[in-house]
Amino acid sequence: MNLEIPSKYNSTLEMAKTVSTNVLRPISRKYDVGEHEYPKELDELAQALEMFRGASTGKAKTAPNPGEVRNGSNMQFVLFTQTLCYGDTGLVLTFPGRGLGNAAIDAVASPEQLEKFGKLWASMAITEPNSGSDSASISTTAKKDGDDYILNGEKIFVTSGERCNAVVVWATLDKGVGRAAIKSFVVEKGTPGMEVIRVEKKLGIRASDTAAIVFTNCRVPAANLLGDSEINVKKGFGGVMETFDNTRPIVGAMALGCAQAALEKTKELLKNYTKANDFKTPFYNLQSAEAEMIKMEAEYEAARLLVLRAAWMADNKIPNSMEASICKAKAGRIGTLITLKCVDLCSSLGYSYQELLEKWSRDAKILDIFEGTQQIQQLIIARRLLNKTSQELK
Amino acid sequence: MNLEVPNKYKGLLKSAYTASEGILRPISRKYDVGEHTYPRELDLLAAGLNGMNDASGGAVGGATSKKEEVKKGEVKNGGNMANCLNIQAICYGDVGLLLSFPRQGLGNSAIGAVANPEQLGRFGKLWASMAITEPNVGSDSAAITTSARKDGDYYILNGEKIFVTAGERSDVVVVWATLDKGLGRAAIKSFVVERSNPGMKLERVEKKLGIRASDTAAFVLSDCRVHKSNLLGNPEIDVKKGFAGVMETFDNTRPFVASMALGCTQAALERTRELLKDKLSLTNYKTPINKVKAAEAEFYRMEAEYEAARLLVLRAAWLADNRIPNSMEASICKAKAGRIGTAITLKCVELCSSLGYSYQELLEKWGRDSKILDIFEGTQQIQQLIIGRRLLGKSSSELK
Amino acid sequence: MGIEISSLIGSEQNKKVAKNLTKFNNFLDSNFAKTLKLRKAAENVVYFSAYAGVKVAEKSSKVFSSSASGKQDPARLDSRKASDLFNLNYTEEQTMVKEAVQQFALKVRETAEKQDEKFAVSETIEKEFNELGLVYYQVPESMGGMMKEKSTVTQMMMLETLAHGDLGQALALFTPHSVLNAIVQWGSEAQQKELIPPFLTPTPPKASIALNEPTPLFSPYELSTTAEKSGNGYILNGIKNMVPLAATAEYFLVVATTKDKGPQVFIVDRNSQGLTITADRAMGLNAAQLGQLKLSSVSVDASAVLGGGDGFNYDDYLNYCKLGWCSLAVGCCQAVLDYVIPYANDRIAFGEPISHRQAVAFLIADIKIELDSMRVLTQRAVAKAEQGLTFAKETYLAHIMCSDKSMFIGSTGVQLLGGHGYIRDFPVQRWYRDLRAVSIAVNGVHI
Repeated sequence: MNLEIPSKYNSTLEMAKTVSTNVLRPISRKYDVGEHEYPKELDELAQALEMFRGASTGKAKTAPNPGEVRNGSNMQFVLFTQTLCYGDTGLVLTFPGRGLGNAAIDAVASPEQLEKFGKLWASMAITEPNSGSDSASISTTAKKDGDDYILNGEKIFVTSGERCNAVVVWATLDKGVGRAAIKSFVVEKGTPGMEVIRVEKKLGIRASDTAAIVFTNCRVPAANLLGDSEINVKKGFGGVMETFDNTRPIVGAMALGCAQAALEKTKELLKNYTKANDFKTPFYNLQSAEAEMIKMEAEYEAARLLVLRAAWMADNKIPNSMEASICKAKAGRIGTLITLKCVDLCSSLGYSYQELLEKWSRDAKILDIFEGTQQIQQLIIARRLLNKTSQELK
Repeated sequence: MNLEVPNKYKGLLKSAYTASEGILRPISRKYDVGEHTYPRELDLLAAGLNGMNDASGGAVGGATSKKEEVKKGEVKNGGNMANCLNIQAICYGDVGLLLSFPRQGLGNSAIGAVANPEQLGRFGKLWASMAITEPNVGSDSAAITTSARKDGDYYILNGEKIFVTAGERSDVVVVWATLDKGLGRAAIKSFVVERSNPGMKLERVEKKLGIRASDTAAFVLSDCRVHKSNLLGNPEIDVKKGFAGVMETFDNTRPFVASMALGCTQAALERTRELLKDKLSLTNYKTPINKVKAAEAEFYRMEAEYEAARLLVLRAAWLADNRIPNSMEASICKAKAGRIGTAITLKCVELCSSLGYSYQELLEKWGRDSKILDIFEGTQQIQQLIIGRRLLGKSSSELK
Repeated sequence: MGIEISSLIGSEQNKKVAKNLTKFNNFLDSNFAKTLKLRKAAENVVYFSAYAGVKVAEKSSKVFSSSASGKQDPARLDSRKASDLFNLNYTEEQTMVKEAVQQFALKVRETAEKQDEKFAVSETIEKEFNELGLVYYQVPESMGGMMKEKSTVTQMMMLETLAHGDLGQALALFTPHSVLNAIVQWGSEAQQKELIPPFLTPTPPKASIALNEPTPLFSPYELSTTAEKSGNGYILNGIKNMVPLAATAEYFLVVATTKDKGPQVFIVDRNSQGLTITADRAMGLNAAQLGQLKLSSVSVDASAVLGGGDGFNYDDYLNYCKLGWCSLAVGCCQAVLDYVIPYANDRIAFGEPISHRQAVAFLIADIKIELDSMRVLTQRAVAKAEQGLTFAKETYLAHIMCSDKSMFIGSTGVQLLGGHGYIRDFPVQRWYRDLRAVSIAVNGVHI
């Protein structure tokens, strides 16, 4: 048993750390204040981000040999993501070239589709004004018309929706049939009938564009329907949901990056006012701020190891749906708690724009909400533990 | 606006705290360890209490106070507030012993609330416990299955009751039974059953985590014959009315149970303060909380939580005294006091390290006593449901 | 050279035992203890004390009188080589051991409520535990065991699995094994030669570790128990409480602070003059028979210092104790989770299982999240320790997490069972009481 990070990731992570410190942090406040400006500095990074593109997420294609234990691309990806978000989570979300839509394409596309769409920057459009956590209830429709589908509906909260080249849109072929009829369609920018109607002003991750997109009789070729066009009531929409299984640890890693940044900065700011922990003095005998700091560190460490656990399981082809939810729930909640507490400990300096602390606490909050809220994660975990269906435990 | 405790209660409280420190605390451990031994010291205390009770017009002890009129523009600090303060003072001594005070059972409250004058005459001076919970019926008390079948001038009761506080020691047991399970809560009535009734058998007295001085009994009723004059209140099944009368008992008792938690908590905080006084300054109240010692900060936080609970209890009592509907506030104060009671008493054990864990101090006992106060007479989760439903305007079928 | 037993069963020895018995009886008769139940439990205790008195005198005299001369070469276990692979699996062998311990833990669980009321571990359980032969996973090959390398991860797993059965009994059963760990890790050659072999017999000795003192805001770095140099040894003064197996331990590892060498561990025979052992009943851990040791000018030989003052690292010593408690906490909290799940699914209220209510379900999810948090931190610290890497920070963080969350889990366990959670027929109230000890105790366990 060993829970240390393998040294083979060192060079990748060093590179990522350099990017965070030298590229992202210096422009962090710039794009927090300049909320809808395009972060052109990131285009230069596109090269380095080839690595990003190469790192596939998702369950390993083959199981390890008996006795073999893998530390693979899932682990690399969460480590990489955390290190970059230690720089700036909003900027990470707007790295050109790759969005959540790409993960969907990777997961479900046919070889031809992969060829055609694989190089596009694809965002993902699921949520609607009246359909959030209950994504199976979406009402954007896709009506077959000859060799095309006609899409109608409104999508909100589309990360990179404005800046991307294409949007992967969830639409239903037949609302009466439920989730089995939900399919995803690749809609390239410029397609008539798809319009970005606004970009949101947000609490945090302001460097990331969050778009609302309206589809009005938007005509999309049938070839753009990702995966199987059949409505298989038994199958549900397993394929695209699997995407979420994989993204949960990654979102967890984002929260870790935020929390790590805040902890480190706070330690630095407090170093003349508090003693470094000697790991000997009992907790309640410490000075209050010291106790708060070390407690936060313990929570952060727990979340960090839980994220690694989820990634490790994915690399070793061990079903990890519950562990993925656990790590997102934990990281999501401590991300918010830690970043906010760090602002508190640094008093009016922490509250001011003079430091990035307050920004990290604004950035962190969304990570406990999107891609499955805290409460949804708790539901998933509880259903697993109690062996309940979604009808039984709501 | 003023949130200080009125002077008029000072005398009463002084006596109560004196009794707690002088009589209850010295025997606290004795009856915690001697779990089913009868605390005879209480008989003396009860005599004194009943004297005080008569003198203050029914303000003392667990019985609900009479509803007094409130004139327009007048603000009343009345019997509910007095009860809450008094209960806290006694539980500062020992919660289990309070629950074992002769003739102060929950059944007495029910009798006080719903009995007719004739029944009051017969039962008013007896010690009455209350039997509601059954093995398969806890929070959903409307689902009780103990049945009451009319047979001439009698009712025949059948069923099993558990968690009857003071069940063994009481003279009579107020038993909830249903006249017709098909009709739901409207058919639930309460019956006064003498302990001597051969149809009601004491099955066992529980061994518990805490409040061990209090006897918690289980009864089985087998064709238990109870005269119809022992049915409290109205024997008619009014489907529209529900069982408001007896449920009202609970509305009133929530702040009292919360006060029990306050007493326990106050005891723990005070003792911890005493034990820590050589190591910490706990009366600073100036230095920013992030700059004091961690134990000190923890103590102040606990104090803040305790104070909040205390004032929420007084608020609920004040509303009741002023005949303002207080169902939600009653739940709020019970939920708050219940949760901080447990958290604080347990934390005090931790702060006092292995001394706190040991029987050498009463701290660990308070850590055990407090837990039930977040469970009985409406669990934390039930209180949250009640509050949630009120705030969101939801019925029990909508918000479960 | 052994000391003849016959020379021990003389008036001096009996006088010592009698003296302790008198003190014990006085305690029982005091107002504080004068209750039927306490006396009954204590009578068992006294019996064991008298029984153990003879055996221990023989062994400890050997330790105390042994004059260590020449080069000391204690048998130590090597650190496990770091693998540079993140790995959450137990080895195949560990898995087999775990299964064996799990089977045993089921029996421990069956008897847990009873033993909690009886303040003891049953002889049957003790015997079966000894038959598991776990000592062989602790003792170096050169001393008759199986190990070349440290087995800290295995120890964690054993403790966790035992605690899943019952924390109090796990503490009682594993405390002597912890003493063994301490002797292997820190003991001098002479101490090892004297004290390890008895653990490899069918009737291993009972021994315990005494660190906690009855002080609020206790710090193991601010000990009140002192060891003053005196002639060829030390004089110990102080009070230790919450000590497991106080009634039956033949000897104790008592931590006291010296002027020249800081905190040291002293091997103290139970019959030492000046040592008074009394019952110290507490909130929980009843099966471990907690007691208090009062040391009034207890004289010990220099040879009683664990390791002879050489190579002993108090920080690490403490960390192994804390990690032992973290392991116990994880196992017990897992027991809570495993218990509340079927309960919530079976318990019907308002027409359906209570597990259908989010308020209930989310509490269960939260138990799981925090239990796993405790677990990964503990695993990391233990894995590092086993590899000989620095583990002070990791232990500190694991201990914070376990201290905090285990009480939340214990309290939630009772809450989920409602009124039934408060009744001693059900285990959650016992876990509530036992888990409060996690943030407090450093006694008894050392992995």
